[in-house]
Order: sequence, then structure tokens, then C-alpha cells
Amino acid sequence: MSHLNPTPVLEPLQDRTMILNMGPQHPSTHGVLRVILEIDGENVVRIMPDIGFLHTGIEKTCEAKFYQQVVPLTDRIDYLCPMTNNLCYALAVEKLLGIEIPPKAQWLRVLMNELTRINSHLVWLGTHALDIGAMTVFLYCFREREDILRIFEMVSGQRMMTSYFRIGGIALEPPIGCFEKVRDFAGRFPSKVDEYENLLTGNPIWGMRTKGVAKISAEDALALGASGPTLRGSGVDFDLRRDMPYSGYENFKFQVPLGTEGDVFDRYMCRVRELRESIGIVRQALDGMPEGPIKADAPKVVLPDREKMKTEMEALIYHFKIITEGFTVPAGEVYQAVESPRGEMGYYVVSDGTAKPYRVHMRAACLANLQTIPTMCEGQLIADVVAAIGSIDIVLGEIDR
Amino acid sequence: MGLAPAITNIEELKGHPALQTLLSWHAPAVLGVKFDRDEMSITIDRAHIREACALLRDNPEFPFNYLSDVTCVDWYPNEPRFEVIYHLLSIPKKERVRLKVRLDGSSPVVESITSVWPGANYFEREVFDLFGIRFTGHPYLRRLLMPEDWEGYPLRKDYPVEGYR
Repeated sequence: MSHLNPTPVLEPLQDRTMILNMGPQHPSTHGVLRVILEIDGENVVRIMPDIGFLHTGIEKTCEAKFYQQVVPLTDRIDYLCPMTNNLCYALAVEKLLGIEIPPKAQWLRVLMNELTRINSHLVWLGTHALDIGAMTVFLYCFREREDILRIFEMVSGQRMMTSYFRIGGIALEPPIGCFEKVRDFAGRFPSKVDEYENLLTGNPIWGMRTKGVAKISAEDALALGASGPTLRGSGVDFDLRRDMPYSGYENFKFQVPLGTEGDVFDRYMCRVRELRESIGIVRQALDGMPEGPIKADAPKVVLPDREKMKTEMEALIYHFKIITEGFTVPAGEVYQAVESPRGEMGYYVVSDGTAKPYRVHMRAACLANLQTIPTMCEGQLIADVVAAIGSIDIVLGEIDR
Repeated sequence: MGLAPAITNIEELKGHPALQTLLSWHAPAVLGVKFDRDEMSITIDRAHIREACALLRDNPEFPFNYLSDVTCVDWYPNEPRFEVIYHLLSIPKKERVRLKVRLDGSSPVVESITSVWPGANYFEREVFDLFGIRFTGHPYLRRLLMPEDWEGYPLRKDYPVEGYR
């Protein structure tokens, strides 16, 4: 397998190749990714991604915060799917604490998580098409994304950094009229996906730019740790939502779209079909939404309701204690993985029995997916590197943390 | 819901496929086990980690064919100070296992597993960058996230969190 870890010596060996620096401020790098290319004319001989420009030390920051204070930090890792990160962290800490989440909170989490997936995929589709030269799709995608952001604003008060899921449940009951709005969106959205597909799927230019480009085999993708649509595009049938269900996903029926060739087009098709599956899950979640509380019955962990806090002494004491000294978590360690729009998002949380996590590590799906770029791009044209980077849907905030 | 106490007795956990594979291969390589919160952790002797990973990956009946994650925990000032942690996943069997290697603060060196999973490349570079663990046999062990000329390893517990470095 040595071919998957090529020696990245970047001095040109012969006179005919040259080193080209792409990024960190290149518009197609979705953040600040620098890619060092060794090229022979238009062909890529070797390629090496260089990352770290967005490193903010979030993992170190987490060690100085109470458990509940980490939640807003998780939004900022992968800013396109904040709820997925909230969910993964909340599930990890709940597993450490051993608390049970009421069904309504679980279903709301699934509902919001799938809207987040659609939101993230829409940004991906728009920018990916923009990179390859299809401007219109971007405008269409952001039109629908706006609707989702309005829903997020409705439930959490924030458009992007939602922090809506909390340890032990969710922050607030969704406001009146929220579900109708989601249902309205779910009714409209499939026809919008048809619109995107009309623009791209059968488009011969799109086909030429994506079919057979940046291929990766299933074996290579597995060996390099790729996950999510990047892995499924190569035909590996694995989705954490279906195969290792969390947060009540076992109650939902959905298909896992697969590719066969492992090229840019297959990864595109996987994600577009995931959009349709996600909206199906949203509908199921709306139809079967159980009644009941949205927070676990764990007064030492979950903040009391505002009303109770004002009328009951005990609730006020718990509120004061949670805010000022946090809650202690029994010593231990937990690895919780969820299927983020980009792949396996994992949180490894170590507790030493105090109110602050001893160590929080985020397994970034994009970091592993980025490693597939050299295998995908060697021997291809420079323009295809842009298509390849777009097709693995990277978010540099998640890679650098 | 209360938490079930952790099981640390090897005899009780023998049925776990990963542990079974490792014990039948080389029992002294397994230094300890822990089954806690439905998660299996196996501490491996640091000399055997690469072979253990290759063995678990190639086991035909129960292949742990996917490397999810490599990370590290610093238990400063305790010794052995570092715990390098590998999360493996079996895609066909839908099962996870966690391997651990304990390293002394004086010589935090462990064999790289990039020859088993090339995907360990960035994860090991990140651990090297932030903890200063050296992975022998790694093809390109350079800083990944921090600048090349950075001094110190930020995620170590004795790294100053405020003030001038």
C-alpha cells in the first residue's frame, strides 16, 4: 500500500515539471486550503494538501470549559452542519453520564439533523457547481438554504451557530407554527431537487467535467479512512445512521445511495439522492413526532425550566449550581460517531470525574477524506483537482479545528 | 439509568472477537482490557501495536477493516504519561474496538501504523504535532496544524495556556 502514502518531496526531479502553489486563498478551496502541485504541463504529477491555516485550538479550549460550555464550540468546528456536531457531542456526554433522552427530544434531533444535512449538501452543491463553472445552481441552492436557515432561526434564535441540542435534551420547545413551516418546506423541496438535477445531471458539460474524473477504488478509499459519500461513491455500503443507529435512527426508513465508479459524478449522485432521502426522514419525523418532554429527567445535569426556576427553590439551586460549577461526569471515556453530511464525525471524550472534560477529541471526517486527494488527482489535469476537492465536500474549519 | 460498573477481567471478556484474536496470537501483548459503557478498550504492549492492527484488519472472520481515528491523551504528571488511542471499526460486522498504547514521557515513541492503514498518516501527524509523540516508520512526520517552526506541543497538559510562551 505504499502507493497511498507517496513521499512528498517537492523539489522537481526533472526540469520538465514545475511546482505550482494553489491557495490558501483560492476561491475553490472552500476555506483556506493550500495545495502544492507538481505539474507537467497541465498534468498533475504529485499533489500535497497543506492544512492548518484555520487551527484555533478548539480541543485545548474544551479542556478549560465546563461540559455544557463546550456545546457552542462544537458549532464552530464544522460551521455548515452545527447541529450534527451538537448532536455528536451531546450523545457522547450523555453516554458518559448514562442518561436516557426522551423520545420527543430524539425525534426533534433527527428532524433538525436531517435539515442540517440538506443545508450542508445545498452549500456543497452550489459551491461545487460554481467551482466547475455552473453559476446558476449556486443561486438556486442558496434560495432553498435560506428557508432552512429561517427554520433554524425559528427554533434556536440563530441562523448558523445554533447550539440547539444540549446535554440531556434540547434547548427549547419549537415555537408554534414551526412544524407547519417544516412541512411546507418538505412539500416543496423535492421539486427543487428536480430543478438542480435538470440543470446538472443530464448536462453534457457537467458530465464531461465529472464522469471518470478523480476516481478512487473502494479498497483505496477504505484504506485511507474515507467516509460518508466519499466512501459510498466508491460502492462501500456503510452508513452509520442505518448500520450503527444512534438517537432513534432505527425508527426511520431510508435508502443509502451508492455509487459504482468512485468518480466525481458518483459522489455527486450520492449526495443528490441523499437530499431526497433526508427530506423523506424529515417527513417521517414530522408524522411520527411523539409527545412528551424535551429534556431528560436529570436535574443535576439539565437546566430547569425558566418558570420552575422562578417558583421552586430546588430548581433555583440546581440552576445556580449547574451554571456556576457545572456538573460532574463519572470518570471514563467514550467514542461516539455520527454520520455527518461529510462522513463519520466522531467525538472522543475523556472524563476524569470533574466538571470539565479531561480531553475532547473530534474525529473530523474531512481530515481523513482529504487524504484521498493525492490518490484521486495524480495523473489528472489541474482543472480536475478543483472538481476533486469540491467532490469530497471539505470544510476547513473541521479539518483544522 | 445508572451506569454498569466497568469490567476489567480478561477472563470475562474473552468472547469479544478482537480480544480473542489478539490472545490467540500473542497473549503477553495484551496488557489490559476494559469494557465500559458498551465500549471495549484493549491496552497493547507498545512493541506490538502495528502487528496487532494488521492482525485485526486481516482476520477473515471478523475484520476490523477501517481505522476511524488515532489520538492521544496526556495523563501528566502520571507515568506512563501518554496514551495513544486507536479506534478501529469493523464495517462488515458493525463493531468498534479501541486499542491503547501507553508511552513514557521520557521516550514517547511508537511504531507507525501507516503501513497497515495509509489513512493513519494525517492522524499520526496531528498527534505528533500536538503531543510530540514520534511514530517510527512514518513516511512524512512533520507538523500538520501548527506552523513548522512552532516550539512545544500545545495539547500536552504542561503546556502553558496563558501568558507569553
